[in-house]
Amino acid sequence: MDTKKSMSVSTRASDPQTLSESSAGLLRELVAHLRQNRTQLREEWARRITRAELLTAMTEEEIFAEATAVYDNYVEALETGTFEALQAYSRRLSERIIPRGVETDEVVGIVLLLRDVLARSLFTKYQDNVEKLNRILDSYEPAANRIANTVAVGFVEERERIIRQQQEAIRELSTPVLQVRERLLILPIIGVIDPQRARQLTEQLLRAIRANRAKVVVIDVTGVAAMDSGVANHLVQTVEASRLLGATVIVTGLSPEIAQTLVTIGVDLSEMATVGDLQGGIEEAERLLADRAAPTTQVREIAPESSR
Amino acid sequence: MGEELQLPIAADVDVVEARQQGRALAAVAGFSSGEQTVIAAAISEIARNILMYAKKGEIMLSLVQNGDRQGVSIIATDQGPGIPDIERAMQYGYSTSHGVGAGLPGAKRLMDEFNVDSVVGQGTTITMTKWRRAI
Amino acid sequence: MEVPILRQGQYLIASIQSALTDADLSHLREALIAQVGRSRCRGVIVDVTALDVMDSFAVRTLRDIAHMARLRGAETVIVGIQPDVAFAMVQLGLTLKGVATVLDLEEGLAFLNRRTEERYLETKPRRPSDRG
Repeated sequence: MDTKKSMSVSTRASDPQTLSESSAGLLRELVAHLRQNRTQLREEWARRITRAELLTAMTEEEIFAEATAVYDNYVEALETGTFEALQAYSRRLSERIIPRGVETDEVVGIVLLLRDVLARSLFTKYQDNVEKLNRILDSYEPAANRIANTVAVGFVEERERIIRQQQEAIRELSTPVLQVRERLLILPIIGVIDPQRARQLTEQLLRAIRANRAKVVVIDVTGVAAMDSGVANHLVQTVEASRLLGATVIVTGLSPEIAQTLVTIGVDLSEMATVGDLQGGIEEAERLLADRAAPTTQVREIAPESSR
Repeated sequence: MGEELQLPIAADVDVVEARQQGRALAAVAGFSSGEQTVIAAAISEIARNILMYAKKGEIMLSLVQNGDRQGVSIIATDQGPGIPDIERAMQYGYSTSHGVGAGLPGAKRLMDEFNVDSVVGQGTTITMTKWRRAI
Repeated sequence: MEVPILRQGQYLIASIQSALTDADLSHLREALIAQVGRSRCRGVIVDVTALDVMDSFAVRTLRDIAHMARLRGAETVIVGIQPDVAFAMVQLGLTLKGVATVLDLEEGLAFLNRRTEERYLETKPRRPSDRG
C-alpha cells in the first residue's frame, strides 16, 4: 500500500465543491469510511499488534475481543468529539488488563498502531485528491492524537490507583498489633513511618485496645530508624488517646536520637513511661497488670488538675 | 457533585445538627469513620464559636473535588463582632482558653485547609476543607 | 434531653444516650453536682459511649464535674470514649488530664472500688492492733 508517492497532484485551483464541504461533513465521511471498513481495518490492526509483539500476555482471542471494543470506542470518540466515554472505557479496560501484566508502553503502542492503520486507509482512499486528504487529516489528526492521549492517561491513572491500593494493603499488613496475653498488647513499629502510616497505626491500636480490653500497651520503636517531629507528635498523641481508653502505654526501644526529637517538641520524658528494650517493657507491663488486680495500700497520686 | 447544605446556627441544637450533617456528608464522600469524627469535631468548635460570639450565623457544607480526590468544604459565616486579633487568636494553644476565636486553633489542626476572614464590627467567615486520601 | 442518673450503691452512674447539646451537658453537670451533694456518694461514673464527638465544651464540662465531685469527696471516672472520638480529641489538643478515664462500665466500677478501698485504708490509723 504505497501512499503519498503514488498520488497524483490535483489541481490547486479552488474547487468550489470541495471548499463547500464543511469540516463536519468531512468528519461524517471519515467516520462512515471507518465504520464501513471496520472488519478489514480491525484485522489489519490486530495483525500489526502481533507483528510488533505487543500484548504478549494475552491470547489472540482476547486481543481480538478487546480490539473490537477499542475500535468501536475509537470511532465513536471521533464521531462525537467527546472523550468522557472513552476515558471511562479506558479505565475499565485497564482494570481488566493490568492484572494480566500489560505494560504502559504496550497500551500506548497499540493505540498508536490503530491511529496509523486508520491514517493509511485514509491515504489510500483519498490518494487522488490531495486537497481533500489534507482537510480530512486536519480533522482526523488532532482527534486521533487526543484519543491516544486519553487512553494512555486513563491507563496510567488506573495503574497508579492500583499501586496506591496495594501500598495501603501492605501498610495494614505490616503493622500488626499483637495480643501477648490478656489485657496486654504489643505494637512493634518497624521501618519508615510517614504521616499516613502513623495515622493508620493509631487507629488500629485504638480499635485493638477496645476489642481486647487492653490495660497496657507496649509500643516498641526499636526498629524505627528516625522520626521527624511530626511523627513524634503522633506518637505522643497515640499515648494520650490510649490513656483515654483506659490503657497505659509503655514505649520501648527509644534511641537517643528519637528521645532527643521528643524532647525538642516539648515532650516531658519523665511523664512518658519508657523502658530500654521490649523485654523489659513486657516485664514492666506484667507488673502493672498484677498491681491492678489487687488494691494497693499506697495512695495513688492523681495528676493535679490543670485549669489551663 | 452539587451536594450543598446551608445550615442556620442560632441555637444549641443547631451545633449538634451541623456536626451530624457534616459527618453524614463526610460519609458520602467516602471518609473513614475516624475522619468523619474529626470533621464533626471541627464543625462543632466552629459552630459553637458562632453561637457564643455572634449569636447567630450560618454554616455551609459541600462536597468538593480536586482531580482524583474528594473532600468536604465548610464555610461558616456570621455578622458578629469580628475577631480583633486573628493572629493571636490562632496562636492560642488550646481550646480550653476563653475568648473570641477560642475554637479556631483546634479546628485548624484538624483540617487540611483553613482560612479566617474577619472584620471587626462586620463579621467573620471561616473556610475550611478536609481532603480524603485518594485510593 | 435528660440524661438518666442511676444510683448503684454509693456510686452515681450517668449514662449518656445520644448526642448532647451544650445546654444538655450543662444540665447534666448541675444534676450530678446536686445529687453528689445530697447523698453520701463516693463515686461518679459518666458513660460517654454514645457521644459522637467530644469537643472543647464537653471536655470542660466533664472536668468541672470531676472537680466539683472531688470537692464533695467523690471520685469521678469517664467511661466509654470511642476510639475515633479519642483520636479526634487528642488532635484537637484535648486530653482530659487529671480525670480518670477507663474503657467501659465494668472497668469504671472496678476503678471506683479500688479507689474507695485505697482511700479507706488511707484514713485508717496506722496502729497494727487496729487492723482487723
